[in-house]
Order: sequence, then structure tokens, then C-alpha cells
Amino acid sequence: MAVILELAVQGTQMLSVLLLAPLLIGFVRKVKARLVRRRGPSVIQPYRDLVRLMRKEVVLADNASWLFRVTPYLIFAATWVAAALVPTFATGLEFSWAADLIVIVALLGSARFFQALAGMDVGTSFGGIGASREVMIASLAEPAMLLIVFSLALVAGATQLSTVAAFMGSPAVGLRVSLGMSLIALVMVAIAENARIPVDNPATHLELTMVHEAMILEYSGRHLAMIELATFLKLLLYMSLISCVFLPWGLEVAGAGPKSLAIGAAAYLGELAVLAILLAVFETAVAKMRVFRVPDFLGAALMLALLGTLLLFVSRSL
Amino acid sequence: MLAAVVSRLALATRLVYGAAFVISAALLVIVAAHPAGDPGVVSAITLPLGLPWTGARFRLDGLSAFFLVVVNLGGAITSLYGLGYGRHESAPHRVLPFYPAFLAGMNLVVLANDAFSFLLSWEFMSLASWALVMAHHRDEANRRAGYIYLVMASFGTLALLLAFGLLAGPAGTYAFDPMRTAHAGPFAAGAVLVLMLLGAGSKAGLVPLHAWLPLAHPAAPSHVSALMSGIMTKVAVYGFIRVVFDLLGEPAWWSGIAVLLIGGVTAVLGILHALMERDLKRLLAYSTIENIGVIFASLGLALAFKANAMPSAAALALTAALFHVLNHSFFKSLLFFGAGAVSSATGERDMERLGGLIHRLPLTSFVFLVGCVSISALPPFNGFASEWLVFQAILRSPELPQWGLKVIVPAVGGMLALSAALAAACFVKAFGITFLGRARSAVVERAHEVDRWSLAAMAVLAALCLLAGILPGFVIDGLSPVTLSLIGDRMPVQMAQPWLSIVPIAESRSSYNGLLVFVFIAISASLAAFFIHRFASHALRRSIAWGCGYADAVPAAQYTAASFAQPIRRVFGGFAFRARETVEMPVPGALEPARLKVDMHDVAWEIFYQPITGAIDFAAERLNHLQFLTIRRYLTLVFLYLVILLVVLALWP
Repeated sequence: MAVILELAVQGTQMLSVLLLAPLLIGFVRKVKARLVRRRGPSVIQPYRDLVRLMRKEVVLADNASWLFRVTPYLIFAATWVAAALVPTFATGLEFSWAADLIVIVALLGSARFFQALAGMDVGTSFGGIGASREVMIASLAEPAMLLIVFSLALVAGATQLSTVAAFMGSPAVGLRVSLGMSLIALVMVAIAENARIPVDNPATHLELTMVHEAMILEYSGRHLAMIELATFLKLLLYMSLISCVFLPWGLEVAGAGPKSLAIGAAAYLGELAVLAILLAVFETAVAKMRVFRVPDFLGAALMLALLGTLLLFVSRSL
Repeated sequence: MLAAVVSRLALATRLVYGAAFVISAALLVIVAAHPAGDPGVVSAITLPLGLPWTGARFRLDGLSAFFLVVVNLGGAITSLYGLGYGRHESAPHRVLPFYPAFLAGMNLVVLANDAFSFLLSWEFMSLASWALVMAHHRDEANRRAGYIYLVMASFGTLALLLAFGLLAGPAGTYAFDPMRTAHAGPFAAGAVLVLMLLGAGSKAGLVPLHAWLPLAHPAAPSHVSALMSGIMTKVAVYGFIRVVFDLLGEPAWWSGIAVLLIGGVTAVLGILHALMERDLKRLLAYSTIENIGVIFASLGLALAFKANAMPSAAALALTAALFHVLNHSFFKSLLFFGAGAVSSATGERDMERLGGLIHRLPLTSFVFLVGCVSISALPPFNGFASEWLVFQAILRSPELPQWGLKVIVPAVGGMLALSAALAAACFVKAFGITFLGRARSAVVERAHEVDRWSLAAMAVLAALCLLAGILPGFVIDGLSPVTLSLIGDRMPVQMAQPWLSIVPIAESRSSYNGLLVFVFIAISASLAAFFIHRFASHALRRSIAWGCGYADAVPAAQYTAASFAQPIRRVFGGFAFRARETVEMPVPGALEPARLKVDMHDVAWEIFYQPITGAIDFAAERLNHLQFLTIRRYLTLVFLYLVILLVVLALWP
């Protein structure tokens, strides 16, 4: 019985991240529009876009290979599995031990690997430009992310995300310099990984300034829908990660009563809303930077993360 | 010898590779059947060969058994590949005699139990592989590669000779057993470590001793490149482990720092060089250097833990290193086989002239993709499992007491993370430029899928990459006799874990289940595919690619290997290669094209090698005069020499 209940919680979580992700994007877009005094599309517009894309025909480039057609499913699957492994409103999920934080980072790396390959498959300059810039950004963002994981693991004594989240919620954690550095670095990495301003502009229409969009320029119809959904999931994943590690209030152990689960869910949604508003405000306030300024931005994240880890090696209480 | 006799016959290729396959497979079965699971079981034999009074001693323990598995599994699969690939060989009589000799040499190194037979087998292995590098000796570049390889190999053997001399001590026993019990003093132990880093490190390709590797490995035929990169570098790792972990006794705490730092630097520089390459086989050779760096960094961690009496952490780090040894032998052989398939199908190694091969070689491109995913350390394949263990070992290191280690370990952890990310970038480039996009030259249009033997060998390796990735617990448990005999501790038993997951320390700390991750990905991908095909539109139309409204017909407009790596060159090239880009713009109105020039340097070559070669040239120039003296001057020289010798002898205390 207990197993069935836990499986149900796990299943609910997998479905809920899938259903919640487009809403989060819709909300961010709405807030951004309101901040520049536009009306903006409805918050459920991303759902409509996905349905519209599903119904459209796929226009495939002449020399696209099997890899190009398989990649959207691989990207979606890897991102979904990674997103489902991050605790949203309850920790101690049935399969949380199958993968730790390093695996989650690497799963996103797999998705990116295939996305960059798909960008090069058709053989246009845009696909190449996107893939080449994406791997440059990833080659700095990924080590920074791993070093953040190291800091968290050293503080909590585990790379297991449930253990980390539970430790962060306990009074033992206190106020630490290294955690502050990790938080800043994590936010910078999250901005770069999700192709948000100032690293990349998700709404650009000029091919030369695209990074993420250039890689998926040849995709259309249902393939594009899968990739868009994976992109939405990735934003939700990073926000859930920040919320469960750095804002662990209201996080409940699975198997607790339905009332505390409800409180946990409400707290989680509230945290997501706050993070989404912060993201929208930040994106409205800054301008996109040149591609070759991005290494400086990510280099700062890398150095902050490394400094945080070093501090922890010097003293476990910093 | 038989190979030399029959090598001119038409059937020779099949015969030699078939025999090598059977012998390797038989050895593999023998080693697997050997009760190596029990660390107490050691078989030793002394043959009345070699030096008088010494004999040739051979010994099979846990460590040798593991490396014998690596060598013979690689040897068997390479021979299988050679059955097909060898038919394209233009000069089989230059390859066939040396191929079995090379395999035999590697087996003997792993089994040797005294310094004399170790060095003899080591040199035999080096010379056999040198002959294979020189198989296509009419090519000027290959001759240069062979020459540099020969010089570096002799240098490495010299360092090993000195190391064994120090280990043998004044008593001068060559056998390994007395070396194990005799403990060298701190200075001698330090010198042995440095000499092993020079000797085994030059064979394995540690920076800055790596200069020969990207020249020599690609120069050989592809299946031999696979053996050299995938297997021979592992034999060098074996030599290092055997001496430093087994014969040398308790390590000093600083030995860990030296090995860690060299490993980290090797990993980053190796993969950066690989990213800048346009020759597919050279790219793979540089990537070997990166993986060797990862292995040595992990060995350095194991040394540091061992010196501080933390046996469980040392067992974790050593297991991670050995697991990566096995994994690298799988995927690097696979990738070199793939590069061999590409070159036998198109006659090209230069990525700038390839592209679009996924349409011409569908099966080869699939297995090559598996190799690329594995080497990029992406779950659920095997490269990730071993890198994950390395990171877990790094996370145990704050418990180390020394400040030096506390500062170095996180920095090396950052370097390993950087090299893992750069490896993914490198193999996106390798696969994307070679197999994807549009054909960059006419040779691609004429390419055909390679023979079945080669495909079978590559498919076996691809399957092994996946199996070792989703069932890492089997490998980890299989490695426990090695860590028990070298460190005296082992990782917790993994097979007992529920759902076959791996748990290095405790489940609340960290666990990874490759099988479940694989199953989850498979399930969610098929769920997504099922729903899409059930509910979404099926319509599909083929059309030309988007080119801003221009019909973009020239394949030359695609991204090339050099342009793909350009952003990374701009970020890291400044300090790694002293790279400079200069743009020459024509004056307005002139018709000549603008030019972009890139100026890159191999810093290690310029700092370490050029002064040495310069000094040798200078000395040779000066000493040359001594060849043209008159008889009186020669006599004076001999007389002076005699006087100096006598004076020294008289003054010697």
C-alpha cells in the first residue's frame, strides 16, 4: 500500500512538472509584458502554442537524417527525467536514489549534446553557429554547475538531492558565505543554461544573435513542440532546484498527511511565482550582451563556485 | 615468427588475425576462470630464461588479472576488426609480423614479476609498436612520428631502468618480491615516483611528455592505433600502479599532490588540443591524453588517501581509476575503429573534407555516436559511471589533513569538471563535422558501408559501453580483489544493493542507478513518441533548408571543424596555445579577399623540447670537430683522459 502511494506521489510529480512548465513560461512572459506596459498574451498561451504545433505538419530539410528526427524525443525524455528527479513539494520520493545531483546535471548535458548535434545535422550555417556557441557556453556553465554541486555536497555531506534539501531545511545549516556564493553562481548558470537575457534572447528574430534558437531553426511541427516543452521543463527544473535547495520552506517528506502535502504544494507554487517575477524583472532591466562577453559572465560564475568550494575545504563551517 | 613466414601469402591476413583472435579469447577465458576473485590466490612461475641466476619470473595476481582482461579483451576485438579492416592494408607484410608480437609484449609486461623481464617485455612492446607506426614509412610525417616515438620510448625505458635500479637497492635483487618487503628511504621513494612519472607517464602520454603520442598513434593503421591508444596506454598505467602502489610501500603525502596536479593539467590541455584538431585520428589521440589525465588524477587521489590511512576512500579512488581504464579501452577502441572505417570508406582523415557520412555509413555512424556519447561522460553510458565515481572520491577529500591537498583537490576537481564539459564539446565537433551536415568533398559520395567483421567488432564494443554503463555494480565488485590487495580495503559490495544501483559510501550520501536512468529515459521517450503518434499530426513534407531566403547551395558555407572550435579557442586559446588571430582586410575597392590568420603554439613543445633538441644539436656540432683530429691530437686526448681518470681515482675517498 505504502509503495503504491509513493508511486502515486512520484507519478503525480512527473505529471505535475509536465503540466506546470508551460504555465510558468506563460507567467514569466505575462509579467515581462506588463513590466513594459504591454498587455501580453494570456498565461495559457504556451499550451495553445504547443497544441498548435502538434497539429501542424513537419517541414523537414532535404538532407535531415534519422538523428534529426529522433533527437526531439531524446531531448524531451532526458529533460523530463531530470526534472522529475528534483523534489518539488515533497522529498523522499520513491526513486530519488536512482540519481543524484551530478546525474541531473549530466542528464541535461545529454540533452544539450543531442541538441547541438541536431543543429549540425542539416548543414546550414545557422545550425553550426548555434551549436558552436552553445558548446562554448556549456563548456563554462557545466563545470560551474558541478562545482556548485560540490559546495552543496560538502555542506550537506551528500550529493543526494533529497538529503541536501532536508539538510537545508534543518536549523543545522546556518548562514554560510559559501552558500551565498553558490546561490549567485547557480543563478548565473541557470540564466545561461536556460538561454535567458543577458546570455541569449529567447524572443529574438535575428538569426545572427541566436544561440539556442539557431540550433532549432530547422525544427517545425510536433518536433518543435517536443523541444519547446523540454525548454519549458528545463526552466522549471532550475527554479525547482533553487527553491528546494535555497528556499526549502514548506518542503514535506512524502508519506506525510494530505494537509501538509497541500501546504507544501502551495508554498512551492508561491516560491515559483516569486522566482518567475524576479526573472522577468531582471530580464527587463538588463540588455543582452555580446557573445564574447558571455565567457566573462560565466567565468565569474565558475570562479564564485570554485571559491565557495575552496572555502568549504578550508573550513566546513564557512 | 609464423606470421613473418606467411605474411606474403594471400591468406595471411585472415590467418594472423584469426589466430590472434583465438589466442586472445583463450587467454581471456583462462584469466576469467582463474580464481582471481580471492585476493589470496596468486600464481607465480619462474622460467629458466633470461639472465643467469635470475631467471624470468611471472606472476598472476588481482592487478595483473584485471589488466590481462583489458589487454586480451581489447586484443580479441581488435583482431576481429582486423579480419575485415586488414584487407584494405596496402602493405600487409609490414603489419602482420609485428601485430601478434605487440599483443604478446603487452601480455608479458602485465605478467612480469622481476625488473629484467618487465623491462625486456616493455621494450619489446615499444619496438613492436614502433614497427607498426612505421608500417607506412614512405610518408614523411610517419617517419618523423616514428623517430620521435623511438626517442621518447628510449627515454621512458631509461627512466624505468633507473627507477628499478633504485628499488633494487645496493643488494641488487631484480625480483619484485624482495622489492615489496624492502622499503626505500624517503628520498629514494620520491625519486622512484618521479622516475615512474617520467617512464610510465611518457608511454601513457602525460603532459609535457605527450608530444609523441598524437604523432605516433594516428600514423599506425587504425586497428593498431586502437591498440596503442586503448590498450598500450593502459599497460603504462599498470606499470605505474604496480610500482607506486605495490612495490614502493607506503606513499608520502605529497606524492598525491604531484600526481593529482599532473593529471588535472593533462586532462585539460589534452582535450583543448583535441578540440583544435581537424584530423579525426589525431583528435582521438589527444582525447586519449585527456582520459589518461583523468585516470592519473584519480590515482593521485588514491595515493593521498592511502598516505593518510583512509583506506575506504583510497579504495573508492582506485576503483574509479581502474573502472575508467576499462571504460576508456572500450570507447577509445570503438572510436578508432570508427575512424578506420571512415578512412577505409573515403580515404580521408581530415574532417574538413568529410561530412554527411550518416547517410552513407548508417551503421558505422550509429556505433560511432555511441562511442562519442560514452566518452563525453553522459548517462547512462559507461564514461559517466566512472567519472561519477571520481567525483564521489573528490567529495571525500575534505577529510584530508594536509593544507596542500585541501587547496589542490578542489582545483583539480574543477579541472576535471572542465575537461568533462570540453570533452562533450569536442565529440559534438568530431561527430557533427564528420558524420552530419552536407558532404564537403566528392569522396564522401562514393563511400560505402564497411565490411561485417569491422561492424561486428564495433557493435560488440558499443554494447559493452552500454552494459558497463547500466550495470556498473558488476565491474566495481570485480575490481575488489585489486583494491584489497593494493590498499587492504574495498568498496561496499554493490551486487547486494536493491535494483542494482551503486552506492559508494552510503545511500543517503550518494547513489546512482544507470539501469533505472536508462529505463526511465527509454520509457519517457517511448511515452512521448506514443502520444505524439497517437494525437499529433502525421503530416511531413521534405523541403530545402532555411537560408534567410537565399538558396544556400555550397557545402563550403557550413561550419567547419576550425570554425566550430573558434569560440572555445577565443576563450581558452590565449593561455593554452598563445593563440593569436589576425585579420587582414584589403583596402577599400581592392578585389582580393580578406584573410583571417590563426597563429597557435604547442607551448609544451617550445618550453621543454626545443631547448633540449637545441642543446643536443649544439653539443653535436661542437663534438663533431673531434672526428677530424690528427693522430697526435688523438693521442693527446687519450693521454689527458687517462691522467684525469687517475687523478679522480687518487682523490676519491
